[in-house]
Amino acid sequence: MTKPREVSDTTFDQEVLKSSKPVLVDFWAPWCGPCRMVAPVVEELAQEYDGRVEFVKVNTDDNPNTAVKYGIRSIPTLLVFKGGEPVGQIIGFRPKSDLKQRLDAALAPAHP
Amino acid sequence: MTNEQHYDVVISGAGPAGLAAGLYAARARRRTILFERKVTGGQIALTSIIENYPGLEEVDGFELGQTMQRQAEKYGMETASTEVTGIEQRDRFHVVHTKDGDYIAKAVIITSGADYDRLGVPGEDAFIGKGVSYCATCDAAFFKDQIAAVVGGGDAAMDEGLFVTRYASQVHVIHRRDELRASRILQERAFANSKMDFTWNTVVTAIEGNGAVEQLKLRNVVTGEESTMDASAIFIFIGHHPNSEYLRGLLKMDNGGHIYVNDWMETNVPGIFAAGDVRVNSARQVVSAAGDGATAAIRADHYITDTFKE
Repeated sequence: MTKPREVSDTTFDQEVLKSSKPVLVDFWAPWCGPCRMVAPVVEELAQEYDGRVEFVKVNTDDNPNTAVKYGIRSIPTLLVFKGGEPVGQIIGFRPKSDLKQRLDAALAPAHP
Repeated sequence: MTNEQHYDVVISGAGPAGLAAGLYAARARRRTILFERKVTGGQIALTSIIENYPGLEEVDGFELGQTMQRQAEKYGMETASTEVTGIEQRDRFHVVHTKDGDYIAKAVIITSGADYDRLGVPGEDAFIGKGVSYCATCDAAFFKDQIAAVVGGGDAAMDEGLFVTRYASQVHVIHRRDELRASRILQERAFANSKMDFTWNTVVTAIEGNGAVEQLKLRNVVTGEESTMDASAIFIFIGHHPNSEYLRGLLKMDNGGHIYVNDWMETNVPGIFAAGDVRVNSARQVVSAAGDGATAAIRADHYITDTFKE
């Protein structure tokens, strides 16, 4: 089982920005209902994209610095990072098919 | 997925009305499936604490939705994450079109609820997730010690506005009338809260900022006077519209899209029922929606017995 790992303000740089693979970051908090709905969908995506994309979670309550740095003002927010840069953003709960579409778009080469 | 699947009862929407209908239909031993396009619980999934559901003094809205689903599934209700796009009649049956194929039902219960209205002003779409919010419980924590605005004067506006005061330094309530519609107990709490103040007879005409919300343009509807208000967040609770577009032309509705039903939640089409916020004259409460759902399912059970007897 590949489950999204929790990363923190201190490990974000190493685990996300310096990752050799694209990373999907799920910004969430325990009190956020829609976040709890997104979590299982993100877990399914983590299985399907295993080996191609890393999946991590950032608890915005415990890690405010990362949330502030990327201007997170609404959760759930999913950010896709490639080469240390955010290349895709999905705000709010979306069905899995939408998430896949947005993730694939973010993963596509910028200059095909 | 291309194969048509047969059910006794198909329910469209997993809010309290649909979940209660599912519980009753499943306990009537009807083969039942519930479709939800977004989040189980519907509007209550975005509500922090519900304190007016009898028997539960305080309950987390998201948890209540999850519990209702588990309870109905215990008796055999199935759930699927998809969207109903339309319904057609075929003899005595209903063909329910979804984004994941067709389902054949003996009875259909429409519980697709309502979605929040948008202001429809410049800046609103651009700043979603950047200070524009329709869910205080989701987003209020990001505005700690900042100034927030809440638009609306009903229960949702006061409830969510009070929640925002836990984080924001100040909460400006902007309301187009000169008095609140909210229940008295919420009004009392709002007026007693030192962080809340009220701007009456006023509408928002634009949301502005540089990358994120910074200020609101306002207009007084009585004097016509224009003004500017500083705010990092704007929480919008100005009402709801029923999710019934996909049934236009099939079911009779009022101008606002609320589906006409009788006391048994029966629509103008035999075998199709509507319950909860999607119907006319809904009290728009968790308890009334759940009651509607139970009524619809009980009637649907009788309808199936009467219509499909050999």
